Amino acid sequence: MTDDIVVTNALTKRYGDRVAVDGVSLTVRRGEIYGFLGPNGAGKTTTLRMLLGLVRPTSGAASVLGARPGSPGVLRRVGSLIEGPGFYPYLSGRENLRVLASYRALDDVAVEAALTQVDLTDRAGDRYKSYSLGMRQRLGVAAALLGRPDLLILDEPTNGLDPAGMADMRDLIRALAAEGQTIMLSSHLLGEVEQVCDRVGVIADGRLLVEGTVAELRGTASLVLRVDPLARALPVAARVVGAANVSTVDSALHLATEPSRAPDLVRAMVDAGVDVHEVVARDRSLEDVFFAVTNAAASGEVAK
Amino acid sequence: MSGVSGVSRASEVSGVRGLSGVGGVRSVVATVVPGVVRAELRRLVRWPALWVLGSVWLALNLTFGYVFPYLTYRTGSSVGPGAEASLGQMLPDQAPLAVVQGMPMFGGALVLVLGALAVGSGYGWGTWKTVFTIGPRRGAAIGGTLGALGVMLAALVVATFAVDVAASTAIGLAEDQALVAPGLTDTLSGLGGALLIAAMWMGGGVLLGAITRGPALAVGLGLVWSLVVENLLRGVAGLLGSLETVTNLLPGTVAGSVAGAVGALPVSDPNGTPGVNTVWDGSAATLLLVAYLVAFALATVGLVRRRDLTG
Repeated sequence: MTDDIVVTNALTKRYGDRVAVDGVSLTVRRGEIYGFLGPNGAGKTTTLRMLLGLVRPTSGAASVLGARPGSPGVLRRVGSLIEGPGFYPYLSGRENLRVLASYRALDDVAVEAALTQVDLTDRAGDRYKSYSLGMRQRLGVAAALLGRPDLLILDEPTNGLDPAGMADMRDLIRALAAEGQTIMLSSHLLGEVEQVCDRVGVIADGRLLVEGTVAELRGTASLVLRVDPLARALPVAARVVGAANVSTVDSALHLATEPSRAPDLVRAMVDAGVDVHEVVARDRSLEDVFFAVTNAAASGEVAK
Repeated sequence: MSGVSGVSRASEVSGVRGLSGVGGVRSVVATVVPGVVRAELRRLVRWPALWVLGSVWLALNLTFGYVFPYLTYRTGSSVGPGAEASLGQMLPDQAPLAVVQGMPMFGGALVLVLGALAVGSGYGWGTWKTVFTIGPRRGAAIGGTLGALGVMLAALVVATFAVDVAASTAIGLAEDQALVAPGLTDTLSGLGGALLIAAMWMGGGVLLGAITRGPALAVGLGLVWSLVVENLLRGVAGLLGSLETVTNLLPGTVAGSVAGAVGALPVSDPNGTPGVNTVWDGSAATLLLVAYLVAFALATVGLVRRRDLTG
């Protein structure tokens, strides 16, 4: 059995002249939380819709759980929440789930279990139209959890949740992943993705710009040194951390190295007669990566 | 989300429901009614719009089929043989005709609204998106909706018949008339005709709901067509003979012919009902009506299956 749960190959969707998704090739592996990261309008939701068979690709191919996206056999093994929940407003939350459970021949026990998982049991008897945005979102997640899906596809699951609700949602996602659940999670919230995801794909303007583990994307930490004179400091830094790891930005030395190298560097600079005015250790966040790759894409540095 | 700390998989406490564990009537229903129809029935029976429209239909049927005619009869506005004929139409043996005669126009318009709302609202609420990602094929899901609406229509026709029998019995007793139960053949043809007419109009509403992907435009277009455009075209056809071939094939004309074929009085009769006509005989009208129903259903399924769901 393959460990690749979702595989897309040059997946493309055009609406007239507009390219919503442009040759996206990504892989989601069994048991991981895959973060699909991108700004609003980047093509995340369209890609997820194609994975669920709601939208037909213009070209390219996709495989979900080893089969064609949207086929009934696949959909019964996938739980999803796409672009906000969609429920009958005149039914209670519980009745809405029971209707959906009828499509999968699931019993009421499954409905109650899903409600419990999202902590909505107390209000499950109230009409959906009386729910707050956060409660609607939680009911949407409950619907996605019905029937033990092998894959969860959640599009912006924390939309509308307050900070406590967002933290709870992250805990739920982590707990599901701990049980072996494969989750594909789209978001434009960088911190959210960084906190819960194992691997990340960054999409902008319909193109997948980069894909890898969070650690791979963040790369090594860096040190920033403000020194004088800069010309004398450059060969010293190159000797200590290697020339390939040295660059200058705004008259400061940027060194791709662990912060633990700071004492060696400062000592070498002083010995060489370089004044060291400031040393800053900097961890590269996912936000740094995100803006680096999206800005590079915008300026044409990332090849199509 | 307190449940987070002890997250339990839904499947640990649940399983796929087997038919053997469900008893009695539920077991029978589960066996003979497909899951997609049961799912749709589950939500439709709790839909306020269905009860409102059904109640409005029953009230209109009672008012125009019995209350106004009886008041007219009692106040002497109708005298002589006409009055006797009018009273005869209000007695129990004529109840099947009372059910079918209102369907071509007003009943049809109401069930068209119901069909348009049932499908169009799903796009606005986002429920089609939810249903299409839960498992059934799109064709099966929309087929389930059509099936469930068909069950609702059958219930509505039977309820209308029951109300009409009760009203006609009350009038017969009040006027000291012999109470004759409607014949089985008359009842089956009247109720069958009413169901077929209603199903055709509802199919039209369902198709409009799918085309417009929303309830408001679908309802507006459907009502304008069924209550205004068809009548205008028939009026123009009276002046422009060549248009008659087209107007004879319009859904409303065909529906009216079915009602006329089972015995409802056409609008040209002094005691006739708007929308009822005798343009086609029973067989031709029934075939055309079935053709419309099948065409509407197939067009809806085809449209829903082919189109991207982006909303």
